[in-house]
Amino acid sequence: MGSNPRSLMNEPETIPLSPLSPEARAPLAALKPIVVQQAAGVVAVAAPAPSSVIRDFLQAKSSGRVADGAFASVMVVCALSIFAIVLLIVFVLVSKSRLSIHAFGWKFFAGQVWDPVSGDFGALPFIYGTVVSSILAVIMAVPLALAVSIFLLDICPKFLRGPISFLTELLAAIPSVVYGLWGIFVLVPIIRDQVGPVLEKYLGWTGLFVEPNFGVGMFTASVILAIMIFPVISSISRDVMRAVPVNQREAALALGATRWEMLRIGVLRNARMGIIGSVILGLGRALGETMAVTMVIGNHPDIVKNLFAPGYTLASVIANEFTEATGDLYLSALIEIGLALFIVTIVVNAIARLLVWAVIRGNTARAH
Amino acid sequence: MSPLPIRSRHVERFLTLRRSATNHLVTGLAVISTIVVLVPLIAILGYLIYKGASSLNLAFFTHVPVPVGETGGGMANAIAGSSVILGLASLLGIPLGIGAGVYLAEYARGTWLGAGVRFTADVLNGVPSIVMGLAAYALIVAKQQHFSALAGGVALAIMMVPTVARTTEEMLATVPNPVREAALGLGIPKWRTVLSVSLRTASPGIITGCMLAFARVAGETAPLLFTAFGNQFWNFNVNQPIAALPLQIYIYALSPYDEWHRLAWAGALVLMVLIMVSVTLVRIFANRGVLKGGD
Repeated sequence: MGSNPRSLMNEPETIPLSPLSPEARAPLAALKPIVVQQAAGVVAVAAPAPSSVIRDFLQAKSSGRVADGAFASVMVVCALSIFAIVLLIVFVLVSKSRLSIHAFGWKFFAGQVWDPVSGDFGALPFIYGTVVSSILAVIMAVPLALAVSIFLLDICPKFLRGPISFLTELLAAIPSVVYGLWGIFVLVPIIRDQVGPVLEKYLGWTGLFVEPNFGVGMFTASVILAIMIFPVISSISRDVMRAVPVNQREAALALGATRWEMLRIGVLRNARMGIIGSVILGLGRALGETMAVTMVIGNHPDIVKNLFAPGYTLASVIANEFTEATGDLYLSALIEIGLALFIVTIVVNAIARLLVWAVIRGNTARAH
Repeated sequence: MSPLPIRSRHVERFLTLRRSATNHLVTGLAVISTIVVLVPLIAILGYLIYKGASSLNLAFFTHVPVPVGETGGGMANAIAGSSVILGLASLLGIPLGIGAGVYLAEYARGTWLGAGVRFTADVLNGVPSIVMGLAAYALIVAKQQHFSALAGGVALAIMMVPTVARTTEEMLATVPNPVREAALGLGIPKWRTVLSVSLRTASPGIITGCMLAFARVAGETAPLLFTAFGNQFWNFNVNQPIAALPLQIYIYALSPYDEWHRLAWAGALVLMVLIMVSVTLVRIFANRGVLKGGD
């Protein structure tokens, strides 16, 4: 950054506009369309002349200070509106879920029963479903995402780099509901008929993959989630790896490291905090993902070890039951689930952002 | 300092081979992973185009849904409804987002308040969309006692603000400071400098950011479930429940009727084309525009 313009910015009128010499005036007279690059040199000349087009212009615009103040405050209001949005969300969610908070307290998050008929609400099955499906998704997506980042940064021939990174970014552009549609009609049959039996045969002894397998269930939801969070993890971890100074790579290569050793010692180790950050960001996405999961998870509030069994998540119970909820307690229980989801994702995202910032900032600072 | 261990030539050779084998193994794994990732992507897009194109016809764009049992019908009202909701969201979200971005880049560089706003925007970006729907429900629908297009627009607008704000800020940061100083040095008021010099120079990038935010919310279903709610008929009144393309796809996908499944695929293809066109345009402009996207 050059010199700090802030001192000038506040009071443009008070800049001593000394009268201009004729040769300086010529370009300034043609100022109407603001030709900045030319004018930059002119200011430095600061030559004297009593009256000028510029001075007239400025005096006519003597309200600049008022306009400046008004403009700045509008911008501040816009910026503060972001705080306002967060506070407003917290406020309305808390006030609308007060009924349920009073009725159940902390036991709401430990209760295993979700029975709208008798008015008994516990969120544990949904918390279990959300956590298990998200963690499974992260386990599936992270190795692939890191491998693709490495491939795109260091291995891929140049002409393939653009198209492949565009394609992986396209995965992020597909709407959730389209993933769900594909999940119902394509993925569910595949998991039921092809993948399920194989998993059952070889991993059935763990108790995680036990028939009956209807195709809809926790495992299918995790696969869809893994596909959906892959682009987030991949693109951010690539940014972080790219932020590692080149001399770290060069140093490793100069010592005779192979490409993998160079990546391990020079890149992955330096970028590890940011990579963890990108993984947590992906986790945050998975926790809140609604439509695709709702369409394939089976929507049954049970806590079972079997991953082929249907499950339920925090987001999908809201999506499924909110418009049908009868009674204030039912409604406020669902809003309390939304509040919990909001707080958890805020915390998860805050941690992830801090980690990613730490790496990108620290490394760019060190590189110079 | 202990002396370096002296290894026999054979051991040396073995270690080198092992290192090189590991290197090849990792390279191979990276290539295989990339292929594994590209498979579902191509499967999704291919199947979508195949199913969607075979179900798409003119009636899809001109007719409203017909009752179960009758064939034909389309999603014309949902396409119109989506436009109304997205228009409302852009109208509310984009100016607010650009304003916040201008504040961050032009007024708050290096200040604590700026850092706070920036951080909050990033965190808000990660909040699940269904929570935005709940908030819009509690703010508007619960007060009015009926679902409305307006509530859906507000929910999507809230989602657009952080994205637009951050891209605007990043794009304004690429405008060189001497340009601003030159304008200010001519005695041009700051507000005018921001509008006619900074924003104008960065405008290709800012438009890109707005399109990205638009593409992101265009496919959102969750925030519309209990705000816009859906509608089987034409509606242009922002105070009434309104149909939306993603919502209609969701309802039809979960129905047991083949005819509705067909319409869901057609709708999904139309939605995807809409989003892809805007994303691709963004990519072209970002690469060819005055400014490249922030590095």
